[in-house]
Amino acid sequence: MEFKTALFYILSAILVLAALRVVTARNPVHAVLFLVLAFFNASGLWLLLQAEFLAIALIVVYVGAVMVLFLFVVMMLDINLERLRQGFWNNLWLGGPIALLMVAEMIAVLSARSFGPEAMPAPAAAAGSNTKALGVAIYTDYVYPFELASVILLVALIAAVALNLRKRKDTKQLDPARQIAVKRKDRVRIVSMPSEKE
Amino acid sequence: MEQAVLGIFQWFWGLFGLWNPLWALIQPVWPLVWVLMKIVAIILPLMLCVAYLTFWERKIIGWMQVRIGPNRVGPWGLLQPIADGMKLFFKEVLVPTGANRALFFVGPVMAIAPALAAWAVVPFFEGGALADIDAGLFYVLAMTSMGIYGVIIAGWASNSKYPFLGAMRASAQMVSYEIAMGLALVTVLMISNSLNFSDIVRAQGRGWFADHGAGFLSWNWLPLLPMFVVYFISGVAETNRAPFDVVEGESEIVAGHMVEFSGMAFAMFFLAEYANMILVATLTSILFLGGWLSPVDFLPDGFHWLAAKISFFLFLFLWFRATFPRYRYDQIMRLGWKVFVPLTLVWIAVVGTWMVSPFNIFK
Repeated sequence: MEFKTALFYILSAILVLAALRVVTARNPVHAVLFLVLAFFNASGLWLLLQAEFLAIALIVVYVGAVMVLFLFVVMMLDINLERLRQGFWNNLWLGGPIALLMVAEMIAVLSARSFGPEAMPAPAAAAGSNTKALGVAIYTDYVYPFELASVILLVALIAAVALNLRKRKDTKQLDPARQIAVKRKDRVRIVSMPSEKE
Repeated sequence: MEQAVLGIFQWFWGLFGLWNPLWALIQPVWPLVWVLMKIVAIILPLMLCVAYLTFWERKIIGWMQVRIGPNRVGPWGLLQPIADGMKLFFKEVLVPTGANRALFFVGPVMAIAPALAAWAVVPFFEGGALADIDAGLFYVLAMTSMGIYGVIIAGWASNSKYPFLGAMRASAQMVSYEIAMGLALVTVLMISNSLNFSDIVRAQGRGWFADHGAGFLSWNWLPLLPMFVVYFISGVAETNRAPFDVVEGESEIVAGHMVEFSGMAFAMFFLAEYANMILVATLTSILFLGGWLSPVDFLPDGFHWLAAKISFFLFLFLWFRATFPRYRYDQIMRLGWKVFVPLTLVWIAVVGTWMVSPFNIFK
């Protein structure tokens, strides 16, 4: 077996196991960390496809930023697994068909007819820098979809800020400009008085 | 260099007449062995630098505070880091009762692994990198962004209040400054037209000043002066060093995520912190101060210039620590989000406009 093939199987095996542990792990923090491991191996698979920019972007964006904040939130949650379990049978009638539908869709997408090697031949590896090839493609051929995607992200960003922006009356906010501008006479008053005796 | 090393081996083992059987054994895996040797050649000096950086730090801060600093172990105290290392090595590693045992030990590993992995793409001299990959700059960003997991996992797994506070502060601070850092680097790769470290250094060796003998004026620090400052300050914040050391905050939360760790587990965090300091100093030298390039024409380029630049930035790290009081938490957030991020965004637009204008000097 070629070295790359062996590497592919190792990375995929860890990826599948980690993804399985994400949904089976009892501790939510462990689940998030397994998800990080899954991302890492997915990035390794992309490196095997010589898509180094996408692989590193996956790590910078998801592992380095998104999952950190996710972990941060999960650590603060007090999750009671018993309570979560209670809803299992009640929601099964809705969850079950949706799961089946998703499996059917995945099979349709991944089956050889529509997305197999014949229908979608592997693109030729970019000569020279992969990053440059990607940049050129994004900013020439796909500039409108790219701009549209960024506008959608911007809208989501502003919406998230707007939804969470509540003015609290009781916060003791500090104004650094006023703090810096403070003079001694604003805080201390020196009075001259005769010394006193008991 | 590979041939030279092979030659030395051949000569050495040839003295005992063992070369031929040995080579028959090693030849199939020689490329792997060669890479491993290069890794050792980077890691060992790095660890030695970390050890003596701690010594240098104590000495310099001592002098700045009109003290003497460590001077008991060995001549001029030079064996102090070795003694410290031995002490940590033989100390017992304690695990708190309620700690998550597995993650408690994953924490230190996750701290030091990215700090070492990032060195794989750093070029020390012309052609002197372990892996001279195209997206080197991006790779370093990815690896340094991984370092935060060590802090968070350690803080959470300790099952203790101070470490958890440290972990929460760390996740907010490091994510914030990563953005300013990444945006500052965007300007560098815009004018260098590459993500490869060697190309970035070579791009700094070109320009009007370089042609006229004063190469140091052609380096990136001059046209990108605000980004140079933003990058280095963000680097100080990323490594959680004073004045941004709220993550450790000795006077508030004792040592943050490291409170419950002892012995080698603690030493790993320590090694990671100092390895990261050296990494930030090295990256600043490569990206803004021309790496191994000589500042003037009549002196040869080489690793000694990079070493001198790294030492200068490391000295700045120590100088900051001896000089500035610790930032308050809200001030750190304000500096990161309301000063550095807008400043870098504006400077990206400025550099972009400059590059399409007739005054473009980056060709």
